[in-house]
Amino acid sequence: MALSAPRVVRSKARFKEQLALHSMLVPGVVLAFIFMILPMIGVVMAFQDYSIVKGFFGSEFVGLKYFNRIFSRPDFLTAMWNTVFIALVKIVCMTVLSILFALLMNEIMLHTVKKTVQTVLFLPYFLSWVILGNMIINMVPTRLMEDGDWFRVIIVGTDVWKSLGYQVIIYLATITNIDPTLYEAAKIDGANHMQLCRHVTIPGLMSMIVLNAILNIGNIMNAGFEQILVMYNPLVYDKGDILDTMAYRIGLLDLDYSTGAAIGLFKSGISCAVFAFSYWLAYKVKGYKIF
Amino acid sequence: MKNVSMLSRPINVKERPMKVKLSKPRIAFLVINTAFLCLFAFSSLLPFCNLLALSFSSKEAADANVVWFFPVGFTLDAYRLLITKVQFFRSFGISVGRVILGTVISLAVITFGAYPLSRGKNVFRGRMFYTVFFMITMFFSGGFIPTYILISKLKLMNNIFALVLPSAMNAWNMVLLINFFRRVPQEMIESAKIDGAGHYTILFKFMLPVSLPALATVMLFTAVGHWNSWFDGLMYMTTEHMPLQSYIYHIVNEQNKTGNNVVTNPEEAALLSNITIKTLESAQIFIAILPVLPLYLFAQKYFIKGLMLGSVKE
Repeated sequence: MALSAPRVVRSKARFKEQLALHSMLVPGVVLAFIFMILPMIGVVMAFQDYSIVKGFFGSEFVGLKYFNRIFSRPDFLTAMWNTVFIALVKIVCMTVLSILFALLMNEIMLHTVKKTVQTVLFLPYFLSWVILGNMIINMVPTRLMEDGDWFRVIIVGTDVWKSLGYQVIIYLATITNIDPTLYEAAKIDGANHMQLCRHVTIPGLMSMIVLNAILNIGNIMNAGFEQILVMYNPLVYDKGDILDTMAYRIGLLDLDYSTGAAIGLFKSGISCAVFAFSYWLAYKVKGYKIF
Repeated sequence: MKNVSMLSRPINVKERPMKVKLSKPRIAFLVINTAFLCLFAFSSLLPFCNLLALSFSSKEAADANVVWFFPVGFTLDAYRLLITKVQFFRSFGISVGRVILGTVISLAVITFGAYPLSRGKNVFRGRMFYTVFFMITMFFSGGFIPTYILISKLKLMNNIFALVLPSAMNAWNMVLLINFFRRVPQEMIESAKIDGAGHYTILFKFMLPVSLPALATVMLFTAVGHWNSWFDGLMYMTTEHMPLQSYIYHIVNEQNKTGNNVVTNPEEAALLSNITIKTLESAQIFIAILPVLPLYLFAQKYFIKGLMLGSVKE
């Protein structure tokens, strides 16, 4: 008895400690459950003849009817191709240009100029697509906005415009953290600026580049919903319509909930698989962990 | 541990000593490179000049598409009409409201969530379960149609909480805080524990005061995110309840196309005949940019630090 008493006290204290920790997570878990988990369960409506009056429980299950229907639509296949194509071009352009600009900006010797350029490039990142997109629509001739190929160019170009500053800052900060003694050593060995960049800066950036590239693969289904919703028009649906905008038009504008949810589920499913794969790869290759 | 050394060093300090003697090709490169980058940065501001110029231009010039980067036929008519637009100011107010409410709620939720998850497996035994739970919410989403149905079933339509609550539990921002909390020296926490402090005391008395930079970063991310968010307002709100950005999308994309610009006030009608919708839109967009500017200039260094925290891990 004499021995077990303190143990009881200790386990009681331990329980209280655990309880305090659990209680802190309650608001987060409740909110995540209501607003993220419930909609995940709500995707069953893609397998139902969903009617807002009958609800999730009253609506009739129809199996894959809506999936069969969307796969037989030519505009769905177009939207799917557009999504992957635009997203891929965006990822490639963004990666190449942000590395290039980070290297060039790193060569600016005047500190104030460097800082100013960085600040200016960062500005569009803080603004929404409603603002940026409408600015572009006002500036670019309507003729180009209504031409499918030009529309794609504008979409990729403005996406680079919005996010370049952000990517460049990450790369510049990584460059700043490269061990300065490496530069000194290379200089003593007689390296010129080109060689310093090639043999010290780029290898120092490599780890970040690989990680970013892997994580970006996860965005292959995200071609930029808000951007395209603001900037597109019916004349460029064949080249610029993506799965998200199509789901929005069919689901929320035409009120065909089940078809919209089926397109959304198809996109989320693939997106989730690719996303999980890219994070798994980042973990295997670079030991990257989210938590 | 790599992170600690990375962050303890200020990011923008010039590390390489200035070379005294420069070769001629090197000078040429530096001049061209600097000039190119300045030009590039300048050209990325041109759409903003165009916007400002349009908002100050006359109806004729805007209609004829001759306005580039300077106002043509300078006039303040667009702003004069804007002042009479009650809905614009109401939407502005709703946006301010959602920024404040959303940031406070979100920050509270993720701070409380981040603390237990920053403790080791031995301290917090349920950690694994919660990690998997939040991972699921990060990787998969039901899409916006089931969410829309859910919001309408919860009777949250036209309620500001429909804009605030769904995004309050942002797992990515929580990860940022978790990583910061992990770097707080463990000895400090251990000694506080020995003195009998509970977890709530540790969080408020020890963790939060040393985590101010991280909290500021998350706060700014959240506030700017709320100001810029518009798709939710478009889905869940009718026009008179829309936040500013949703309202701008609405007037540009829906109202103009259907052409129902109802003008009741004769004074307003007189003003409207002098300006085009384009100049009025530009004026509204410009006003919507303004609140972000001080935040962005003031907060840039916090953002940079926060981005590093979020993107660099061991």
